[in-house]
Amino acid sequence: MTRLIKYIVLDILKNKIILVYTLILSALAWSVFSLEDNSTKGVLTLLNVILLTVPLVSVIFSTIYLYNSSEFIELLLSQPINRSKIWKSLFFGLVISLLLSFLIGVGLPLLIYAPGDVGLMMLMVGLFISTIFISIAFLSAMITRDKAKGIGIAIMLWLFFALLFDGIVLFLLFQLADYPIEKMMVGITALNPIDLARILILLHLDVSAMMGYTGAIFKDFFGNTLGISIVFTVLTLWVAIPFLISLVKFKYKDL
Amino acid sequence: MIEINELHKKFGKLNVLNNVNLKFNSGECIALIGPNGCGKTTLIKSILGMVIPTKGTVKVKGELVLKNYHYRKHIGYMPQIGRYPDNMTIGQIIEMIKNIRKSDTELDEELLEKYVLKNMFEKAMRTLSGGTTQKVSATLAFLFNPDILILDEPTAGLDPLASEILKEKIIAEKQKGKLILITSHLLSELDDLITHIVFMQDGTVKLHKTISDLKQSTGEEKISKAISKILKNNVNDPIN
Repeated sequence: MTRLIKYIVLDILKNKIILVYTLILSALAWSVFSLEDNSTKGVLTLLNVILLTVPLVSVIFSTIYLYNSSEFIELLLSQPINRSKIWKSLFFGLVISLLLSFLIGVGLPLLIYAPGDVGLMMLMVGLFISTIFISIAFLSAMITRDKAKGIGIAIMLWLFFALLFDGIVLFLLFQLADYPIEKMMVGITALNPIDLARILILLHLDVSAMMGYTGAIFKDFFGNTLGISIVFTVLTLWVAIPFLISLVKFKYKDL
Repeated sequence: MIEINELHKKFGKLNVLNNVNLKFNSGECIALIGPNGCGKTTLIKSILGMVIPTKGTVKVKGELVLKNYHYRKHIGYMPQIGRYPDNMTIGQIIEMIKNIRKSDTELDEELLEKYVLKNMFEKAMRTLSGGTTQKVSATLAFLFNPDILILDEPTAGLDPLASEILKEKIIAEKQKGKLILITSHLLSELDDLITHIVFMQDGTVKLHKTISDLKQSTGEEKISKAISKILKNNVNDPIN
């Protein structure tokens, strides 16, 4: 399997898009930190940029790459290789290359300007978000044979998680303002990995004081070790579940 | 070497394979023929494990095909239309497959030399003509000296010279006692190659006979004529 992963990573790294992605990420990160004199503010700005761009690039690049690999998959299937090995190699190949981009683009400036807890947490969150959206890309590529439809589904999912979800949550908050729904909100955020990541970082930046009573509940939950480990468990589930569903589908697919 | 038992395959509502029972042994060279869309390629793909059957089993060398992949080291497959990663070169593709199979048997590079592919190792797959792509497919199918060769329309797209080289290669491999499965529409091409014939129609096997049986029962010398005679009779007198 490592041999296969090696071929896939080399193939992806040859692709210039991944290079451009790294350059854009590092341009963003370096400029954010050199503009803000306060590293906390820098992290906050970077957080918002990353939570918008990283999922978008991860999900679209991975979906397109999967559709373009159909020939490669066909070629490998007539060889004595396990089906799930092919799918897993593609996954790890994409994860390795996109995480590498993120580490070089964002990781370096982050560790220089904001070393310590928050920087590290931010790095972890970025790596998780990249992997989660690669995993979602695998699922959307398995849902349909049609390339245009598959990419469409990927974009819709990104739109939903990055923008729509927050709108729905806000709507609910206003409609149910008279009820004690603060605790329920903690549960609802688990349904969106981007929100989960955002809250986790915000609470570590001590700006939660501005978020009122809900903020206090969040702080109470996400602030302790148990809360953090639950968050990372949920993030891991977000990586595992879409990919595993796609893996089962791939095993029984007619090619 | 290959045993197919009560194989059914449905794509949605479409019945592509309907109760196919076949048995192929080593040393045989089987022609799989039939009209377009009769299920030839689906049958081949279910032997290769690319298509998952709705019902029934396929065994290769006694091993069940479903959820298995080891058996594929005995198979060399040449697809009807070879599709390869666009930005890899011929050399990289061959190198990669060698690397993945890490087979310890001696490599058979006869076709590689006869088709002078080594001179084109630097060429990217997307720049190749259909015929050259077919040459690469053929080379890959024979490269690992497999016991079973599955060739889907092998001579389509090849020039007469290349197709003659391939035919000689097939005959040579047949004499080594390998099992060879060919699908083709050009019956005249198969005359001096095959020992058995399988005729499929609408997903069912209409005929599975040795060539000598076929010639005897129809009284024809050419396979193509024998088949067309059977097809005409078929209208009022269905075979078995």
